[in-house]
Amino acid sequence: MSTPVSNFDEFMDGLWKQNPIFVMVLGMCPTLAVTVSAINAISMGLATTFVLAASCFLVSLLRHAIPKEVRIASYIVIIATFVTVVDYAIQAMSLDLYEALGAYIKLIVANCVLLGRAEAHAAKNPPLPATLNAMGMGLGFTLGLLAIGAVREILGAGALFGISLFGPHFQPWVIMVLPPGGFFVLAGWLIVFAAFRMRKTRQQPSDTPSSAGANA
Amino acid sequence: MNHDTIGNILLTTMLPGNFVLAMFLGMCPFLGVSQKLETAFPMGLATAFVIMVASISAYFMNLLLVHFHLEFLSVITFITVIACTVQLVEMFVKKYFPVLFRQLGIYLPLITTNCAVLGVALFQTARQYNFSQSLAYSFGGGMGFTLALVLMAGLRERLQLANVPTLVQGAAISLMVGGLLSLSFMGFAGIGGGE
Repeated sequence: MSTPVSNFDEFMDGLWKQNPIFVMVLGMCPTLAVTVSAINAISMGLATTFVLAASCFLVSLLRHAIPKEVRIASYIVIIATFVTVVDYAIQAMSLDLYEALGAYIKLIVANCVLLGRAEAHAAKNPPLPATLNAMGMGLGFTLGLLAIGAVREILGAGALFGISLFGPHFQPWVIMVLPPGGFFVLAGWLIVFAAFRMRKTRQQPSDTPSSAGANA
Repeated sequence: MNHDTIGNILLTTMLPGNFVLAMFLGMCPFLGVSQKLETAFPMGLATAFVIMVASISAYFMNLLLVHFHLEFLSVITFITVIACTVQLVEMFVKKYFPVLFRQLGIYLPLITTNCAVLGVALFQTARQYNFSQSLAYSFGGGMGFTLALVLMAGLRERLQLANVPTLVQGAAISLMVGGLLSLSFMGFAGIGGGE
């Protein structure tokens, strides 16, 4: 069952078709809180990807050993272990980044994407597809964070990755780097994706008309 | 040591430093359970209760961890304590309020992965609050969470009567409303002695 094609599908599934941010609207806390700049967004996304892949691998290995009654607690302890690893690793690598992300690195534990993946996919599949799916999902999450972070940094600070784009006369749109900006930018992206989906369904009139936007 | 007074902490966490609208903690229930007022209010109170219990236990847990120099275990200990508290609340609600239990559904056990609960435990440790300060922080945070949830539910009940374009329906319009709510809460800035 682990042919290269199906593994590739597992990977793409998480990256695009079931993108955690734009399609499933999960893991909102870090999505909105740390995306004030593109750098923050990428680091947060990669940290989450690592925790997701590592914990899904372990959950998948242990899927026959963990009793059903205590599975959620076991998953959380596994996830918390890897989050602690990432927390200390980031602190050692870059103190600036650690201060920028603050407690939100530790809060990866409470990201619904992680527990959702462990429960819905890793607990039912062998290690290789489970890890690939988790990696795809994690990179999809990173992509989503980057999309939001880039827009917020360009509009709110006139820069991308810390490089100024518009010269000294740019008047920054400060609201975009403040909390409300996060809501507005994410809403904007969701509308863009809904428009794509609508155009697709209109091109294939044989399909049943699907309602745009999941019922949140 | 942190010298914020209790009144300051209470006001700050409820209004300008609201967990949901300014710090983005607990977004999932904020978007998921805020469709009806009658479920939003009990959900807010249940979360507020878990936040307070978690905060008190996290405070003593932290004393223990610091005493044995085991600070690196903080995330694991906190989340385990929270999971146990949520289990307790779930059993209590199931036994005494079965109707409410069915209405809240999956969102009740999901309080475990509510960032607000873990966030309180982590932030109060990071800011070195003492016992009464932690208590004020968690109470204010819980009440602020309930306030945001109830306001959002009220707005969304109105929204059902409004004529929303198909493109924007669902999560997008809820996020926009949340953004406006967050914008209005920024008007409270400075009320608790500044953040």
